[in-house]
Amino acid sequence: MMGSLRRTDTTNTADVNPGDTIIELSNVAFGYTAANVVKDISLSIDAGEYVAVVGPNGSGKSTLMKLILGLLRPDAGEARLFDEPSHAFDDGSRIGYVAQHASTSKNMPITVREVVKMGRFPHVGFGRLSEEDWEIVDRSLDAVGMTAFADRRVTRLSGGQRQRAFIARALAGEADLLVLDEPTVGVDAESVDAFYDLLETLNHDGITILLIEHDLGAVVDRAERVVCLNREVYFDGPTTEFAESDALSRAFGATASVLSDSQ
Amino acid sequence: MILAMAQSLQAGPIDVLLGPLYVFLELWSEFLFLLAGITGLELLTFKFMHRAILVGLCIGVMAPLIGTFLVHRQLALIGDALAHTAFAGVAVGLFLNAVLNLGVSPYLTAVVVAMIAALFIEIISETTDAYNDVSMAIILSTGFALGTVLISLNAGGLSVSVNQYLFGNLATVSVENAAILLVLFAVIIAVVGLTRNQLLYVTFDETAAQVSGLSVSWYNRVMVVLTALVVVGAMQIMGVILVAAMLVVPVAGATQISKSFTQSILVSIVLAELAVLLGIGAAYYGEATAGGVIVLFAVGIYVLAVVVGKVWMTAGETTSPELGAIDSNDTDPASD
Repeated sequence: MMGSLRRTDTTNTADVNPGDTIIELSNVAFGYTAANVVKDISLSIDAGEYVAVVGPNGSGKSTLMKLILGLLRPDAGEARLFDEPSHAFDDGSRIGYVAQHASTSKNMPITVREVVKMGRFPHVGFGRLSEEDWEIVDRSLDAVGMTAFADRRVTRLSGGQRQRAFIARALAGEADLLVLDEPTVGVDAESVDAFYDLLETLNHDGITILLIEHDLGAVVDRAERVVCLNREVYFDGPTTEFAESDALSRAFGATASVLSDSQ
Repeated sequence: MILAMAQSLQAGPIDVLLGPLYVFLELWSEFLFLLAGITGLELLTFKFMHRAILVGLCIGVMAPLIGTFLVHRQLALIGDALAHTAFAGVAVGLFLNAVLNLGVSPYLTAVVVAMIAALFIEIISETTDAYNDVSMAIILSTGFALGTVLISLNAGGLSVSVNQYLFGNLATVSVENAAILLVLFAVIIAVVGLTRNQLLYVTFDETAAQVSGLSVSWYNRVMVVLTALVVVGAMQIMGVILVAAMLVVPVAGATQISKSFTQSILVSIVLAELAVLLGIGAAYYGEATAGGVIVLFAVGIYVLAVVVGKVWMTAGETTSPELGAIDSNDTDPASD
């Protein structure tokens, strides 16, 4: 056991208390063109929650995530992050972000350790990584089982291995909020289970988790709260109620079920 | 040549600022005379070659350094576009000198014009959300067209000196221009040294960089302005038409044989320096245009790197380490 992945330095950011509102959307609408991709989204996520956003392909899940992170600005309504307008929020050390990277291929020569190192950049700014920063990098590598691959070129890894590296980068950031956009796409089934266990442990440590997922099975088993999305919010509540509600069939269409959609 | 000499004789405020660098250039010259005495190499016995070698060495560091970031952002073409706008800047400088008798180095006006063009390209791409091939091509053509028109308007003797800007020339690196290059070099190294983390993050993963609080558009602007500086600096020897090759070719070679990003920067600098030194030597003894010879050496080295890279890959990838388990117990809540 290498010690905690949770932040070891509490000096650089104001700590969040459980129950503080981290993400708040009120009546948000957004469209890349005149047509709205998402509309009437009101959502509030508190510190310490484990929330999964589910919805069919093209339902606006990724757009919602970008609005939350401030990568997009809402056409209507307001998006707030850590009690600041999302687009103005710039304390990157509080957010860990894992995207659907596994499918992207870049020809850039860069090792797994160099990728994970980037997780520390918001903490070091223009400076150099301290010994402690490097320890955190190594611990994060260890947590995702990639220590043996630390000096491998990322471009020569399998999709699953690459995704582990990106997850390690998010861990190395020691963030208060982890945002993951379909993080297990391309990851082998065995690692997927272990990965969700890891998220659960992080959540128990007090990290807020926002998971965008297409794999409904994984979500129903793990998250405390589900937001079901298809342009609008169809359901927002405890996972147990979600399974019993008809939100799923309304959002996904009549034929969808938890099992058939899990692949 | 005469033009350049005439400029260096006019002691303006710029000469005062560059004064310490002239002293450094003298020292460098002394050193190479010493080296010439030891090695007996004829090309080291000329002062203009001393300056050319120094400029070449600086190009060998700064071009692949900036090029590494550009190539991995699929922005290899931007160097070419900026070189052609820098040519317009040279023409503006020559024009002002002819009309107003200002006596500024055309490289200084080239720096200004290329930087403006760089920011212009960047702002276009920000508003259209993409680095657009078409707008890049338009800026490239506009720059070059503006350059040729300005020079033809001047007519007379000026068209003679245009070749040195188009193709580069070892013999025309004046003391003043060498000093200007040293300043550009220092600025580039300092800025990359300061912002290396940010530039790496933005290059590798723009979205994650933005989420982590970096102003991506700001660092993109820094990047294109640095590119403009490199292009103008390297133009003296490489020429407008071939300068972009030094941003791209050594980097492409290094990509083949490097594992890490840091390593790839170092390797690309080594490859570029090799090409520069071999190229300057061969150009001197073969009486050829240095820019072209340097690029041919760089391409030769690139081909070698591809072969070496392929051999290494087939030899090195036979063993695969064991993938560890994702260990959620590593996150120890007790210490929170």
